[in-house]
Amino acid sequence: MSSAVPATTAATAAARQEGAVAAEAEDDVVAIPLRHPWRWVVAAVLVLALAGLLASLWTNPNIEHSTIATYLFNPKIINGVGLSLLVTVIAMLVSTVLGVLLAVMRLSKNPVMNAFAWLYVWVFRGTPLLIQIVFWGYLGLLYSQISLGVPFTDFTIFSVDTNTLVPAFVAGLLALTLNQAAYSAEIIRSGMLSVDPGQHEAAASLGMSPSYTLFKVVLPQAMRVIIPPMGNETISMLKQTSLLSVIAVLELYTVATQISSQNLRQVELLLVVSAWYLFLTSVLSVPQYYLERHYGRGTAAQAPTLLGRILQNRITQNRITPRSKR
Amino acid sequence: MTETLVRASNVRKSYGHVEVLKGVSLTVKPGEVMCLLGPSGSGKSTFLRCINHLERINGGRIEVGGELVGYARRHGKIFEMNPREVSRQRRGIGMVFQRFNLFPHMTAVENIMAAPVGVKKMERAAAKARAHELLERVGLSHVAGHYPAQLSGGQQQRVAIARALAMDPELLLFDEPTSALDPELVGDVLDVMRRLAADGMTMIVVTHEIGFARSVADTVVFMDGGVVVEAGSPAEVLDNPQNPRTVAFLNSVM
Repeated sequence: MSSAVPATTAATAAARQEGAVAAEAEDDVVAIPLRHPWRWVVAAVLVLALAGLLASLWTNPNIEHSTIATYLFNPKIINGVGLSLLVTVIAMLVSTVLGVLLAVMRLSKNPVMNAFAWLYVWVFRGTPLLIQIVFWGYLGLLYSQISLGVPFTDFTIFSVDTNTLVPAFVAGLLALTLNQAAYSAEIIRSGMLSVDPGQHEAAASLGMSPSYTLFKVVLPQAMRVIIPPMGNETISMLKQTSLLSVIAVLELYTVATQISSQNLRQVELLLVVSAWYLFLTSVLSVPQYYLERHYGRGTAAQAPTLLGRILQNRITQNRITPRSKR
Repeated sequence: MTETLVRASNVRKSYGHVEVLKGVSLTVKPGEVMCLLGPSGSGKSTFLRCINHLERINGGRIEVGGELVGYARRHGKIFEMNPREVSRQRRGIGMVFQRFNLFPHMTAVENIMAAPVGVKKMERAAAKARAHELLERVGLSHVAGHYPAQLSGGQQQRVAIARALAMDPELLLFDEPTSALDPELVGDVLDVMRRLAADGMTMIVVTHEIGFARSVADTVVFMDGGVVVEAGSPAEVLDNPQNPRTVAFLNSVM
């Protein structure tokens, strides 16, 4: 009896492939699929609500649609977009390197390194980012000169005016990078802890040095756990660049407020800015997908994001089609 | 030079207040195959892990090839080794684990090449050729490009053996190499180990496979409660055990 079942299923599958519909065996269960009427109702309500919202925006006399169109690709706005992206990329790259360093220090048996990493994370994660940005922006008030020399003596090698060495752009970059490093360190540390201890033992038994083990065995495996939250952090970072407006870095939001303070079209420019942030965060999800794929090699589960799933379907279809043609 | 490859004397190891090894002494000659038997918790795996310094001993000493494990003699004093020296020492001692511990992000051939390329600074092409040779030796040429997740347990363990062999060790440690395998896959792994023994490899094997111990081992050591209870040839320990604890254990597993 039990041996007959797979045979029947195989036969049905073969019949379906040939396009013969009526070839189902007698003991097959032919059922009507479960219906989901409420999904349709809820979807209809949501679509109506969204359409109402869009219509109210579209017909709102307080919004000048032509202003949005004019400023969407305004050169000043485009420069702002460029600067926001530049800050995001540099801050994420540098903070990730710092984060790896801090995570390794935090996990090391060396009590000095361990304490330093703990203190760093405690300070930079424990104070508001906005305050850190203002702090770096006003560094000149705290130290008017920055000099290199021997502490507690008059001997100095060089001395620079703080506001020359740390202009607003550098101050903003420093603030975002140092703050992000604290968060990244914790994400990277949890990723490293997720790697099976047996991997460390296997590497050790082969005579691999601790640093070789870290870069070739532990980090590549930790990446699988690290990348999804780091993608999140990148998107947060892009949006956080708007906080740099408080120290007058000419990023997207600063530029928009400068324009709106002249033409008094605040809402229109906020919509322009929002459209750009939405576009950029969408674009940033693409590299995340490919990084996840790369570091997910050797494991089955991949591509958890919606965009990732859509992309994956495309990719697998493209890959399968030429093979089946052969 | 020395007639002894491994010499352990009075090795003690504790985790907190629990003493796991209470003075283990034994010697292994080059080319010898030694099987460590004993109930779980007897300290046999811990002892094996002390030989390549994965565990640090609290007393006694272990020497491999005349060198103290984990310590260096300089100017008549004994110093604790730094991580680099420990790594160098471990190169000569291969280990095969119960849970295989292959690197999941590398293919079978990359797993085998990793240490020769990264540690011995062997050229990639040469390391690759050697890796394929070793895969052939364990009967797995056809899965060279597979990731560990695509291999059966028995295949993974044979890749792990090839990976250990790639460093040309003078001693191979096996920590229950077949305990995590489905019964029908155990045979392939034991066959590979049998061939290694026949080729003259020095092996210390922690195992529950009494049949393997009987047919391959030169020496069988029975451990219980952190001490060596009985040691000798398979005929002595397995067929004519003297200690009641050995008798009880053998009765329960055979």
